[in-house]
Amino acid sequence: MRRLLLLVPFVAVLWLPFYNTREPSLWGFPFFYWYLLAWVPLTSLLIWIVHRGRPA
Amino acid sequence: MSGAPVVHATAWAVFAAFFVLITVIGFAAARWKAANLDHLHEWGLGGRRFGTLIIWFLLGGDLYTAYTVIAVPALAFATGAYAFFALAYSVIANVVLFAVIPRLWNVCRRHDYLTSADFVAGRYGSRRLALAIALTGVLATMPYIALQLVGMQVVFEAMGFGGMREGAEIALVVSFVVLALYTYTSGLRAPAMLAFVKDTMIYVFVVAAIVVIPTKLGGYGAVFDAASRAFEAKGNSAGILLAPNQALAFSTLALGSSFALFLYPQSVTGVLAASSAGAIRRNAVLLPAYSLALGLIALLGYMAIAAGVTAKGTAVVPALIMQSFPEWFVGFCFAAIALAALVPAAIMSIGAANLVTRNIWRPYVNDAVTPAQESRIAKIVSLLVKFGALAFVVFLPLEFAINLQLLGGIWILQTFPAVVFGLFSNWLRPNALLAGWAGGMLLGTGLSWSQGVKPVYVVPGLGGVYIGLLALAANIGICALLTVLANLRRLPIPTDATVAADYEDPLPD
Repeated sequence: MRRLLLLVPFVAVLWLPFYNTREPSLWGFPFFYWYLLAWVPLTSLLIWIVHRGRPA
Repeated sequence: MSGAPVVHATAWAVFAAFFVLITVIGFAAARWKAANLDHLHEWGLGGRRFGTLIIWFLLGGDLYTAYTVIAVPALAFATGAYAFFALAYSVIANVVLFAVIPRLWNVCRRHDYLTSADFVAGRYGSRRLALAIALTGVLATMPYIALQLVGMQVVFEAMGFGGMREGAEIALVVSFVVLALYTYTSGLRAPAMLAFVKDTMIYVFVVAAIVVIPTKLGGYGAVFDAASRAFEAKGNSAGILLAPNQALAFSTLALGSSFALFLYPQSVTGVLAASSAGAIRRNAVLLPAYSLALGLIALLGYMAIAAGVTAKGTAVVPALIMQSFPEWFVGFCFAAIALAALVPAAIMSIGAANLVTRNIWRPYVNDAVTPAQESRIAKIVSLLVKFGALAFVVFLPLEFAINLQLLGGIWILQTFPAVVFGLFSNWLRPNALLAGWAGGMLLGTGLSWSQGVKPVYVVPGLGGVYIGLLALAANIGICALLTVLANLRRLPIPTDATVAADYEDPLPD
């Protein structure tokens, strides 16, 4: 079941209505950009959670 | 560049010093983890002994190329947010790596497969299908190598050679001959070792660029504002946000490219060189560091706008570097970009050589080759592939390589059903897969051609969609339909050389 977490990044970065906006901006980065960049470490984290939960 | 052509002596000196270092490492690599390089799995896969860290450098060095460093910012410079599909794609490619590729590694290890086509031949008992996969791989790789050369060419041209275009071409040929020679002698060990140097240099370049350049330009807010204003002045669909009609093209390009990434021969070569499936999984967790770098590299396109760079296309990044850094660091950055061309070009030529040797030469020309002969053939093929790509760049217009590389992405995606579905099930029939592949190749090429060799096709009522994905949908449809028909007719099921346990991690002893 944990493996379903792997679908989250697909939805998060492929569904543009989530993030194709300018605000809220962060440190000068429009939302579009820092959201996409934030999904890099978040994806790592999700993969790591699934990896750690593998049997053996 | 405008004005009189200049030779940038300091930049050249730093560049040349790094190039000498790279050459020494390339040849010395033959002795690293020493083994008999007369065996193809030693020459072409480094003996499958690379642990997590080396694979991290190798895959990063392999997938994030000079052309990426040059082309992605150039695309952002010209089209804005649309270029960041590359960031979205690299995020999900890591998930694909984690979910799919360890199975490929396991089965290839178990059966001593060196290529994805080797796997397909074993899984489906079909030499013809394996040939189709191998030919697609070679075809998709050649223009990719050519574009790496373009990446080197632009830095040579930017550094100037007394205004002689021939000078830049000579420098290109010399570096390439050196690359060809140490790949010939050291095999995959050379790019693996050089990847350490390359990736470190690229990270230094990226960190310097994202700290120094925006500071000069008044911070990231100012960079985005300048880009936004410049796009608005253009008045087309370019912008720092996607236009509504770009959204579907953006996400289908990202999805399709992430599926395609690990089908390329150079990626397969990179992952199969891992010492365990676990090393690959750990890399899926660690590789996103490169995705972060890629996102920041793409922003160089906006920085170039804000800095008032007037160059176009592939010249944007070199121009930005030259106007932002002192000359010695320009030499460093350009050496990093040149190395970012040489490392993937070496791995690509090895990947293509493995395919030609294992899946074309052995089954169709001479199936009685000894291991030493096999290794020799692969070495020679790696030379031919590289010089073919060099001829491409020197004799044909740049447009040609770019178009072919784009088509190559669509083509390699058509091997997805045979390779990826094949890793989970052997339900699809080999002849159905072959027909699906042929259909996908024709449809993809035709659609792209009809748009003037573009990646996106506007589907009425839906919007722009990545052609590779459309062709893949047709491909999968054909595979499924013909398999159902074959099952209804009770045609004999071909033999599968693999069993379910081959795909799982080996049990600990």
